[in-house]
Amino acid sequence: MKKAFHRFYNLIAVICCLLLIGVLLYAVSMLPHYGQENPRSVEVVERYVHDGLEETGATNIVAGMILDYRAFDTLGESHVLFTALICVIILLGKDVKNMRREYDGYYTVEYESYHKLADDKILRLVGYILLPCLFLFGIYILLNGQLSPGGGFSGGAIMGAALIIFAAAFGFETVDKVFTEKVLKGVTFVSLAFYSFAKGYVFFTGANGLENHVPKGEPGMILSGGLILPLDIAVGMVVACTMYGFYSLFRRGSIGHDHTFMDQQ
Amino acid sequence: MEFITNFPLFTIVLSLFSGVLCYMLKPRVAKIYTLVYEGFLILLVSAVLYYVLATGQAFTYVMGEFPAPWGNEIRAGVLEAMIALCFLIVMICSVSAGFRFLKTDMDESKLNLYFTLVNLMTAALMSLVWTNDLFTGYVFLEILTLTSCGVLIVREIGRTSLAAVRYMILNLLGSGLFLLGVVLLYDLTGHLLMVPMKETIAELATDPAVLPVIGVAVGILTIGLSIKSGLFPFHFWMPDTYGWATPTSAALLSSLVSKAYIFLLFKTYYRAIGIDVLQQLPIRHVLLVLGAMGIVVGSLQAIHTNNLNHMVAYSSAAQIGYIYMGIGLGGVAGYTAAMFHVMAHAITKSQLFLTTPRLAEVAGGNLKFQDLQGSALKTRVAGFYFTIGAFSMIGIPIFAGFSSKLQFALAAVTGAGIKRILIVMLALAVSSMLNALYFVMTLIRIYTPDGDNNRSVMTHHHINYHLPMLLLTAANLLLGLRCDLIVDLIGKGLAMFG
Repeated sequence: MKKAFHRFYNLIAVICCLLLIGVLLYAVSMLPHYGQENPRSVEVVERYVHDGLEETGATNIVAGMILDYRAFDTLGESHVLFTALICVIILLGKDVKNMRREYDGYYTVEYESYHKLADDKILRLVGYILLPCLFLFGIYILLNGQLSPGGGFSGGAIMGAALIIFAAAFGFETVDKVFTEKVLKGVTFVSLAFYSFAKGYVFFTGANGLENHVPKGEPGMILSGGLILPLDIAVGMVVACTMYGFYSLFRRGSIGHDHTFMDQQ
Repeated sequence: MEFITNFPLFTIVLSLFSGVLCYMLKPRVAKIYTLVYEGFLILLVSAVLYYVLATGQAFTYVMGEFPAPWGNEIRAGVLEAMIALCFLIVMICSVSAGFRFLKTDMDESKLNLYFTLVNLMTAALMSLVWTNDLFTGYVFLEILTLTSCGVLIVREIGRTSLAAVRYMILNLLGSGLFLLGVVLLYDLTGHLLMVPMKETIAELATDPAVLPVIGVAVGILTIGLSIKSGLFPFHFWMPDTYGWATPTSAALLSSLVSKAYIFLLFKTYYRAIGIDVLQQLPIRHVLLVLGAMGIVVGSLQAIHTNNLNHMVAYSSAAQIGYIYMGIGLGGVAGYTAAMFHVMAHAITKSQLFLTTPRLAEVAGGNLKFQDLQGSALKTRVAGFYFTIGAFSMIGIPIFAGFSSKLQFALAAVTGAGIKRILIVMLALAVSSMLNALYFVMTLIRIYTPDGDNNRSVMTHHHINYHLPMLLLTAANLLLGLRCDLIVDLIGKGLAMFG
């Protein structure tokens, strides 16, 4: 009986999926074709493309769009990452509940040293060569968000990856000397608080018809695009911290060196 | 006076900031801060409600220097302000009343992270209520999804982890489908803001070749949001999710998160698609039928289960069915009923989820019915509040549940079509009977002495519990007794909603 039901259930599921695929293909075939101009969507896009440089001061129109025209969405988007970080800390961060006896051996010192990658000579050598380039490249992409493709999210991701390679090649002890949990907390807090208030200020002045005191700068220069550069830096910091935080939490259950639990053991 | 138009912006930006701030604070401070802050938000939103009632029209607020089709926008009217106020009241009550269990369910060193999530959830709820832009809706939908998984997972026991994984997968599926629908609509219209989108869609809908595509987009979007809010065939995640979460989280998830999705769907229908176009699509019939089926199936499953929390959760599935039935019914009366029930259910369900753990506590922490016998006698206060919630769910006059059932019946009668009247009336009749059956059975069970005379196991309840419960009861009675007033307000809100 149960088996027959399961077979029936699977059959229905497959049919539903095929139906959905068919319906979606049909809907997509009715949309304007790729490359063909959609007569109805010109209004919005045109202003972004034609007046974007003048109105936002950003040579990179995408940066102007996400951080100026539709900055509210991006304000939410940068907090999505932060929310994810909080969820991972709740789940994986070491505490009394998930350090119960039955979990013994998950985070022990032996386990950590067994999996230590820091003694790997190849990794270390590649790290020596690669890390400065990675950090530089990340900073470059971060700072040039308003001029060329890139910006906070991509630059931050590269810097986060660099931090992860740093921790893998030279061990967490080395990273912990400069990048503790306090630093991560502080950087995240300052970046996100700055983001919220800077954008809150722009929304407030914009909606109330007040003068916005942020200079637009000269298009094409590093200091252009008004708030786009500082916001990119803030987003980049959050992304880098979040990525490193994930890595650290997944590997050892805490972001910085966790004194309380180490001492208890 | 004009300054009040800034308040919706403040509710969003300050909530985001509060979330980040709570990450830095000590757990004790974070709790006090969150409660004070939520109270402050209630004041702000009340001011907005007062303002829109006084001016008699909704206002749009440009987010930045770029006006409607180019930049983001939020919009506040009577309906939005009412829903926001209701959400905030339920939020502050849930956080305050469930705190005692939160302390035991969660490691104390991480409590501030819970309040971080609560504040971010507030920001997401406020954004979904105020937004006038579909893509902003999607972004904050994501924050709401993540925070709801976060508040679910804090208990760190096997059952909640399992429930959270399932909840997350289904929610992400729902978000993905919603995004797909938004993308299709954007491709068709070239707009993401709701008002220009509606104008373009009204134009497009006259072309019979494009109407089916609009139908597909709206359908996908609807499926996505109905998975997230738990409409009938997608309600199977509810019992585990609500049943094993910590009480505050169960109240937040069942009362607020699912309602926010429904409100977003309603707003999309009303403001981005347009009611006239929606009338031409078959989706409203589907919603009506699925809603009615959800009511009956949810009630039957609630009878079948042997666990108090699961029973309340299945009853949630039935109540979500009511709301969708109202939306499917259509017409001003149907929408009024649906919005009324959003508030009635938010207030009642949070009260139930905040009392069941106290009943279980005196029964040795067990939620099975046979163990719960006499538990209301051991903790009379919790029993009393549970009774009020149960009466409201059954639909006994003077409570909110009765008024909303009345609204649904009125909406069915004033709307056209004998088939629809029949469906709604049948669903109402059957579900009222089934509701009465399982809630009265539960009440009899918890008020039957279990033989042991230890009646004063728990007589002392903290003011942190009494105050929110009394507030929820008062709100319940307000909705029940002054139903005309609330319906009048919703009518005004709907008039300025489109």
